[in-house]
Amino acid sequence: MRLTWPSPGRHRSVRLALGGLLVLIAVVLSPQMAAAQDGGEAIGVRVQTPGPDAVRHAGVAAAITDANGEQVASGVTDDNGEVELGLPGPGDYVASIDPATLPEGFVPRDGVVERETSVQAGRTAFALFALDATDAEGGIIDTGTPGERTFADKLESVPQLFVDGIKLGSIIAITAIGLSLIFGATGLVNFAHGELVTLGAVVAFLFNASTAGPQWHLIIAALIATVVGAGAGTGLEVGVWAPLRKRGVGLISMLVISIGLSFIIRNVIQIIYGGGTRPYTNYNIQSAIDIGPISIVPRDLWIIVLSFVVLVAVGLMLQKTKIGKALRAVADNKDLAESSGINVDAVIRFVWMLGGALSAFGGVLLGTTEQVNFNMGFNLLLLMFAGMILGGLGTAYGAMVGSLVVGVISQVSTAFFSVQLKFVWALVILIIVLLVKPQGILGKAERFG
Amino acid sequence: MDLTNVLVDGFRQAFGTDAVVFALAAIGLNIHFGYTGLLNFGQVGFMLVGAYGMAIMSRPCPDVAATQSAASQIGPCGQPLLLGVLVGIILAIILALLLGAPTLRLRSDYLAITTIAAGEILRFVFRADVSRPITNSVFGIQQFAGDFFGVNPFPDGSEDRYFGALNYSGQQLWVMVVGWSLVLLLTLWTWSLMRSPWGRVLKSIREDEDAARALGKNVFSYKMQALILGGIFGALGGMFLAMSTQAVNPDTYITVRTFFAYVIIILGGAGTIWGPVVGTFIFFFLTAGLDTLLRELIEGGVISESIIATEEIGPIRFILVGLMLALLMAFRPQGIFGNKEEMLLDAR
Repeated sequence: MRLTWPSPGRHRSVRLALGGLLVLIAVVLSPQMAAAQDGGEAIGVRVQTPGPDAVRHAGVAAAITDANGEQVASGVTDDNGEVELGLPGPGDYVASIDPATLPEGFVPRDGVVERETSVQAGRTAFALFALDATDAEGGIIDTGTPGERTFADKLESVPQLFVDGIKLGSIIAITAIGLSLIFGATGLVNFAHGELVTLGAVVAFLFNASTAGPQWHLIIAALIATVVGAGAGTGLEVGVWAPLRKRGVGLISMLVISIGLSFIIRNVIQIIYGGGTRPYTNYNIQSAIDIGPISIVPRDLWIIVLSFVVLVAVGLMLQKTKIGKALRAVADNKDLAESSGINVDAVIRFVWMLGGALSAFGGVLLGTTEQVNFNMGFNLLLLMFAGMILGGLGTAYGAMVGSLVVGVISQVSTAFFSVQLKFVWALVILIIVLLVKPQGILGKAERFG
Repeated sequence: MDLTNVLVDGFRQAFGTDAVVFALAAIGLNIHFGYTGLLNFGQVGFMLVGAYGMAIMSRPCPDVAATQSAASQIGPCGQPLLLGVLVGIILAIILALLLGAPTLRLRSDYLAITTIAAGEILRFVFRADVSRPITNSVFGIQQFAGDFFGVNPFPDGSEDRYFGALNYSGQQLWVMVVGWSLVLLLTLWTWSLMRSPWGRVLKSIREDEDAARALGKNVFSYKMQALILGGIFGALGGMFLAMSTQAVNPDTYITVRTFFAYVIIILGGAGTIWGPVVGTFIFFFLTAGLDTLLRELIEGGVISESIIATEEIGPIRFILVGLMLALLMAFRPQGIFGNKEEMLLDAR
């Protein structure tokens, strides 16, 4: 089997060109971006009437005062009942709402109109204000809390949550395939993989929504982000991992190095992009389509469809193409693959390129549903690990199945348990699977430890 | 612009209360990673259970005419601080048993991912609204270390500052004196443990697990003992963090803290007695010094605000931490003072 790939002599120039390009992008964009960024710390104020049919309240005046009692920010909640107020820096603040601006017929629950909030550097803290509806005599109408829902109510919400879970799971799957293939081919657990996701989302933001960028349509921006992701993956392999493997650096050391890399990339992105959380300009407001018990906006439907197309394409590539077969051979037994004439280094470069491209694409999808933030990839990393281990370390199909399971468990759990614990269930399942079947759902049994 | 500030801030942090916390956590992690080769990425989880165990036992009891949040409080309160410390240690032992049982038989990368997940599970659970009566969720618990500061021999008025330019308060000095004494004690204990036959078995597990097993050692049991011991040290670190600020909050215990502890032991030399302490000094001196240096350079006009804005100093410090971690691991895995022979834990 022969693979055509650039000869070693050409790598160096490719590497230099790539590095130069990245530096150029950073240099050109950073001053404008720094000027355009939100600053960093903020408090998000949300005013709502909790319960099964939560109502968000617009037009409520909110203000933030610092520890000395001086007002540092103020604003009015939007149609989503939220307003994000920027702060001069980290510290302890008091968020308050003006009772005079509350909508007719509502009173603050337990009379709470102030909340003490402490904000860490670069973070957005949240202050929630609950309102109770009142009847004509001013008595409080019990709108109910999630805990008082009947079991039948909870079951009714499962199909909708299942679809939401499929959406989340397919995004995790796209990003986790690369992680899993890289592990299969090189044995490296790449803790910097989340940053490739963030990179994709942020690059798409630069080309789509940033005032410093060309403000192209999201589809074009997504394509550019995917190409940049592929370049970044290849660049990391050629510039960092291949030399380290050549030096004989061990796998555990490389794992720790990948943690260092994730610190570096994440914070460079934070400097360029800023600490804020911002949306793309396309596909934000859409009306939902109702299909039986499920209601879904076209954007989310497209995310699921696109993800599955990509997953099937990757599967076909692995099964049918030469490079796919070579890839599976390398993952199975590197030495045997090498001795049968496969260019292992080229295959590993291909895996990194594929992993980078898929992660960046997944990042754009994640950005369209949850907005863009410099921490989004790092927050996704644990779920990627969970999906990868659940399905079986190092297998592409395992990562797909495991990720879907993680996504569905997280979302469906919110029907029965607190939404704040939704990722806990996925991680608990991960630990249980490790106990019962350490090789994962689709993994081959082999002796560990 | 005053460059002596750089030295002053560097030294203040290198000896300060945060350094005590990380020195304790790093001594524990050194037993896991440096001596036994366990890739524990959940050290922050041990810090969390230690801090919360102590805080929940010793927190003030709600008044009869209490606010709504205090009235719904359940669980213990108002116990002596020492009992709280004991509970924190017991919780750390329980966590180690729960964590070790499924993972210590598995490959080291599984342990890494499971421990990192366990740390995040704890944080999510402690900050959730359903835990409000016990942990007070995102609002945390305050004012529980009265016993500790009640026996503070150093006067703590607003006028009482110590060590000249380093400018510690009486409370900080008390935390530092007790904390560094404990660091010294635990370091000497670790030293004697690692010279004992028990410690030599740990090192042999790190070098070659199968060989240790072939010699009839119960590798799983030894690993578990190491996980428990290092976990207790981590819990003590968490308690000092809680005591020095008189506050616990779930979002203090984020994964990044574990990574900091890794940078510290790799800086000082993993698997060496003084590595964690030396690493702590260097780590805090460099990061705090760099912060102040950049700030002074910006204020002095040497670096223009348009190149590095003041709010970018935080990310730059993290980039430095990442660089230290990656470069040390790639080019000098034994750390600055470490012995190359002690860092051969890569066969698996």
